Amino acid sequence: MRSRFSGWSLLLGGLTGQRGWREQWRAATPKKGYDALIVGGGGHGLAAAYYLAKEHGIRNVAVLEKGWIGGGNTGRNTTVIRSNYLFSESSSLYDHAVKLWETLSQELNYNVMYSPRGVLMLAHNVHDCQVSQRHIHANYANGVDNEWLTPAQAKAYCPPLNIGSELRYPVLGGALQRRGGTARHDAVAWGYARAADALGVDIIENCEVTGLKRDANGAVVAVETNRGVIESRRIGVSAAGHSTVVLQMAGVRLPLESFPLQALVSEPVKPIFPCVVMSNTIHAYISQSDKGELVIGASTDAYTSYTQRGALHVSLHTLEAVCELFPAFRRMRMLRNWGGIVDVTPDRSPIVAKTPVPGLYVNCGWGTGGFKATPGAGHLLAWTMAHDAPHPLNAAFTIERFRDGLLIDEAAAAAVSH
Amino acid sequence: MLLIPCPYCGVRPELEFSYGGQAHIARPQTSASAEEWAAFQYERVNTRGPHAERWRHTHGCGRFFNVVRDTTTDQILRSYRSGER
Repeated sequence: MRSRFSGWSLLLGGLTGQRGWREQWRAATPKKGYDALIVGGGGHGLAAAYYLAKEHGIRNVAVLEKGWIGGGNTGRNTTVIRSNYLFSESSSLYDHAVKLWETLSQELNYNVMYSPRGVLMLAHNVHDCQVSQRHIHANYANGVDNEWLTPAQAKAYCPPLNIGSELRYPVLGGALQRRGGTARHDAVAWGYARAADALGVDIIENCEVTGLKRDANGAVVAVETNRGVIESRRIGVSAAGHSTVVLQMAGVRLPLESFPLQALVSEPVKPIFPCVVMSNTIHAYISQSDKGELVIGASTDAYTSYTQRGALHVSLHTLEAVCELFPAFRRMRMLRNWGGIVDVTPDRSPIVAKTPVPGLYVNCGWGTGGFKATPGAGHLLAWTMAHDAPHPLNAAFTIERFRDGLLIDEAAAAAVSH
Repeated sequence: MLLIPCPYCGVRPELEFSYGGQAHIARPQTSASAEEWAAFQYERVNTRGPHAERWRHTHGCGRFFNVVRDTTTDQILRSYRSGER
């Protein structure tokens, strides 16, 4: 039984040399079978297991992770949270997640360090201004906060920003979502893992799925793993960049391609950057972690790959844009850079749905922006698995939308990779 | 950055090229079903391993050609002209 975290328990830990802390979840070994399996122990998969146990009473659940918890895209993203998407389906979906973020630390009894410090998306030309205004009005109609700032207001909100006219792409304004912000990515995975484990969920690390077994009717009955066969007639796949690899085992083809997406952090400095700033046009985006590092997101590579690195010229391009917008950062040194494999759909909207195979569900296609959706995606995948039918919020995010011409085309709405 | 062997011009840096996606996708007949059109338009093999793909030497000869690249290492295994296998 794990003890609850509280101010008192932290104080007691401090007074007793921090020696009383226990592991936060059991190192479970696989049982013969489960009522539900989640393939992929990232934030999304762990959240799905947690909500299956918490809200749907399905506690005989295992999460299968081929590496370790927090070692995939959950530990590789830039932790941005926002819901200012154009289309009603998307803004409802992402705002569902933002609402869960707001109370997540209390819900999990684990500090996920959600910090609604504001996400400022810059406009650099007439087209950007028009698109931003369109987003603001659409968000307003959907009850999602987003407001227009003049360059002077943007500078007041984010003092390091250069709004001078000498820039190649001067700042003409920006859209600010005040409820947007960041959270601590590792804490999200650990918090969900701990809370799911406390409800009886088995979290099985170093367990790679190598095959999916099906019965005569085509329904899934088990997964084959490097730790043996594990039976279940209800399997949710939440494997991000490797979703196509796993779904291929059941003969399901997805409209996805996997790309390396890069991020990098600087050496840590004292607090200088109060919010998140994104510029789609010149592709800079940046925030500052609570450790003091500047967290910078670069673009995806041009080609599909599973290499978890990414080309140097891609991050260089982003650093040039960051240095132009924030001249104070020109002499800062970068500490680390890395890549994560993101699964991108043609319309840049996710798939959270049943598959054509009975008992097999999928949560994928979150592309370059899955972290922000972590609580919402897990909540909706759990709902879809528990009811064998989608929740109204993810009903439009099917695989069949591509066949039926019902795209939710955030790709065209943003006019950039994002 | 990749060094890409253009079958017409030789090995050049990646910045001279644009990526053209999965190779050898045949356009279906106009009588094809919605499923076949969706597969043509949207479904991709997304291979983890040797992947046949198109590149265009945009800032060179301008021609399309094919490359087989291992997506787990980004090593280019071979390149060949359009129409060849």
